Amino acid sequence: MSQTQAGVGGLLSVPALLHRNASEFGQAPAYREKEFGIWQTWNWSQTEEEIEALALGFLKLGVKEGDFIAIIGRNRPYLYWSMVAAQMVGAVPVPLYQDSVAEEMAYVMDHCGARFAVVGDQEQVDKIIEIQDQLTQFEHMIYLDPRGLRKYDHTHLHAYRSVQEEGRENRATFEADLRAREGKLDYDSRCVMLYTSGTTGKPKGVVLSNRNVIESARASVEFDSLVRSDDVLAYLPMAWVGDFIFSVGQSYWTGFCVNCPENAETMMQDLREIGPTYFFAPPRVFENLLTTVMIRMEDASKFKKRLFDRCMAHARKVGPAILDGKPVSGMDRFKYWLGDLLIYGPLKNTMGFSRVRIGYTAGEAIGPEIFDFYRSLGINLKQLYGQTEATVFITAQPDGEVRSDTVGVPCPGVELKMDEKGEVYYRSPGVFVEYYKNAESTAGTKDAEGWVATGDAGFIEEDTGHLRIIDRAKDVGKMADGSLFAPKYVENKLKFFPNILEAVVFGNGREECTAFINIDLSAVGNWAERNNIGYGSYQELARHPQVMDTIQGHVEEVNRSVAEDPMLAGCQVHRFVVLHKELDADDGELTRTRKVRRRVIEEKFADIIAALYDGSEKVSTETEVTYEDGRKGAIRATLEIRDAAVVPVKTRSMAAE
Amino acid sequence: MSHCVVGGGASGGRIWNEKKGRARVKDTADSYVTADGRTIGGVVMEMKNITLRFGGVVAIQDISFDIREGEIRAIIGPNGAGKSSMLNVISGFYTPSEGEVWYKGTRRPQMKPYEVARQGIARTFQNIALFEGMSVLDNVMCGRLTHMKPSILSQMLWKGKAEHEEVANREMAERVIDFLEIQHIRKTPVARLPYGLKKRVELARALAAEPTILLLDEPMAGMNVEEKEDMSRFILDVNDEFGTTIALIEHDMGVVMDLSDRVVVMDYGKKIGDGPPDEVRNNQDVIDAYLGVAHD
Repeated sequence: MSQTQAGVGGLLSVPALLHRNASEFGQAPAYREKEFGIWQTWNWSQTEEEIEALALGFLKLGVKEGDFIAIIGRNRPYLYWSMVAAQMVGAVPVPLYQDSVAEEMAYVMDHCGARFAVVGDQEQVDKIIEIQDQLTQFEHMIYLDPRGLRKYDHTHLHAYRSVQEEGRENRATFEADLRAREGKLDYDSRCVMLYTSGTTGKPKGVVLSNRNVIESARASVEFDSLVRSDDVLAYLPMAWVGDFIFSVGQSYWTGFCVNCPENAETMMQDLREIGPTYFFAPPRVFENLLTTVMIRMEDASKFKKRLFDRCMAHARKVGPAILDGKPVSGMDRFKYWLGDLLIYGPLKNTMGFSRVRIGYTAGEAIGPEIFDFYRSLGINLKQLYGQTEATVFITAQPDGEVRSDTVGVPCPGVELKMDEKGEVYYRSPGVFVEYYKNAESTAGTKDAEGWVATGDAGFIEEDTGHLRIIDRAKDVGKMADGSLFAPKYVENKLKFFPNILEAVVFGNGREECTAFINIDLSAVGNWAERNNIGYGSYQELARHPQVMDTIQGHVEEVNRSVAEDPMLAGCQVHRFVVLHKELDADDGELTRTRKVRRRVIEEKFADIIAALYDGSEKVSTETEVTYEDGRKGAIRATLEIRDAAVVPVKTRSMAAE
Repeated sequence: MSHCVVGGGASGGRIWNEKKGRARVKDTADSYVTADGRTIGGVVMEMKNITLRFGGVVAIQDISFDIREGEIRAIIGPNGAGKSSMLNVISGFYTPSEGEVWYKGTRRPQMKPYEVARQGIARTFQNIALFEGMSVLDNVMCGRLTHMKPSILSQMLWKGKAEHEEVANREMAERVIDFLEIQHIRKTPVARLPYGLKKRVELARALAAEPTILLLDEPMAGMNVEEKEDMSRFILDVNDEFGTTIALIEHDMGVVMDLSDRVVVMDYGKKIGDGPPDEVRNNQDVIDAYLGVAHD
């Protein structure tokens, strides 16, 4: 492993990269944002000026070195600038999830003792005002969008523009201090602190150094040969490490342009207009997109539908091979070319993927069908495995070695090892510095030699060297008969069906597995519409007998597929229930990144789980829900429990190896 | 609704103190300041002894009230009280049978609705009146018509003034679209939108005209709680950001009491109450009109 001690060419911090970009290619676009219906562009020189003005404004406000500055809002150039401006004055940016409820925000802001916050709009301002009593060190808040804030008390509240203006006016006073502070930044300075969503317990603040960020960016840029002319769409939460690496680390390293959508609802239109060349999305986005396409094709005329089906069948056959540069017959190539002209090209254009050179998906397993769909269209979609503590990159799939069931080979500079239980450990230049104010957890995660436990169980395929992840290590268990229990494996198979949004499988230490299912309201709702089935709510649709039948069919199909793998055949779902509410992060059932919180769900729905195992056919339950405005309510329902057919397995007990 | 925060700096651990309310806190000769920090100016429109008859039916009977600059003025009353007729008188759609309308200190002669619109009065309708086949953007641009000066020829040739104006008008339209958060439906035909969004588009069109007075005819009719909250926020924000004077008709008493500075109450074409929400709420005539009362 090569840890560059001196940094690369003396570029020891993100602000240093900014200055390099501004002086070497100042006219190249750095940021775009759609506002008032038009894409506004800032080049690197303008970006440098904007960031410096804000940094000087920060100094005027009294930001000290080592302060934490919370950044809350949707992806906007101004917030990215705030992060770099914070770094410039020696402070540490702490991006937070903008959809966090006030209580969650209070914990994080109090934990890091943030003295300042830069926020997007009135919604975020109100949240901080609501929790101000819990924040002991908080002083000033800066907002972007002035709407609705005119009458607020402005003694500790500042408009972003006015902070910049103050900075510009007082350049003479503060410039020397700014340069001095910038000069002190080195490779081991804190670059950013990101709170992990945490499927268990309170969020932990992961401190990443400039070394972590710049080395990871450099290695990954080389791995995928990213260039300055690339375009990315910044639409994933700013609090997520991936966005920080793509939109700050890699962007500042290569100098490519970061495009910010107009707002969350226009994201798909903006994606189409920008046509990014480098695109990242969690599997959910690809699933939703595919569901939308399929729904629209269902509504298309017979001719179009047939053409689509024919072309897609051919694409599935030869598309991935053509993408990987494998030999394909001339006739097949011609047919693919024709298909591209008629279907694949226009379809990619509709989805905004016409220019995608490298696409990544990570965070969750992606369904092989979904994965193959995009690859067969000629979109170079690959998988990545990483986490916040690794500054994203642990493994990634190199071009030409892409499969849906592995997560690729170790990234440059990353070493991997497995312990006796199969848990994956890694060591790399990207390994985080520490969990802030939590030495115990730091020591529990990272050992003295720098090895970090991922918490995931997996193995390396011997012939290809690719890593395969089975499940979260702590979720992997044993069934009562000793066979392996890997809930995520089964849940993913269930979620690959467009009708199923979320699934939770139980069975650790039990005789058989059971499952909770959430239907996908858009997919099932569309089906209901086409079949003239009226429904008033999610709850009503979820318990419709025909919906239950469909879901039962899916569960049984998954059982057949699970039974094929002797190691996991014990995990077939014997009984299931379609839940009366959607699992929601506001209710604590999912993390903000939509990962299932098993312990919470097990506790909250204990009565339903009990009913799944005691053989009853129905269960009545009442569940507390949190509405968007924070009010609590309760919903009552009687749920039908169904038995699913399972494939008998003879070799169950010997399969656990 | 906690839409307003004013008051002192960091004191006793709290950084921001919250104060609500629209009560008068400071009076000057011609204007007053409310607790939430808005300045309400002098009278911008005055209705003097308005009577409106349709044949033998008297829709409005000798009603007088005024609207002050920067305020949110509500007109409430049971069904058939004559509220919409009143709004139609203000917007110039009806000409009062008797009485005078004074606008910005001068008596308004009989006018066509488009002339009234040019004077800076814009409105929305109880039953949405948008161009269904046109996109949201085109509908909003229609609101800019009164600001389009070039000749037909110039517009057809797309030269000179027409081109510059279109850019300026589009910019204003886009600001309104941004303000009302309807960017995602900018290019969507209105016919495809749900009711709540159509209401918002109608507000956008009225707002695009940069009116002095904005008339809203039941802006929250048929909306669910969430949509009502959104709409209330937009109305307050419009009043705040653009300083627009707003006159609105609304059935939902809760909304009216929260939003408005002063309320006119009508019943059977007559004015039975006029004043700040709290005063009106305790007015016996108003309670009788709304809750019904035994006539002996």
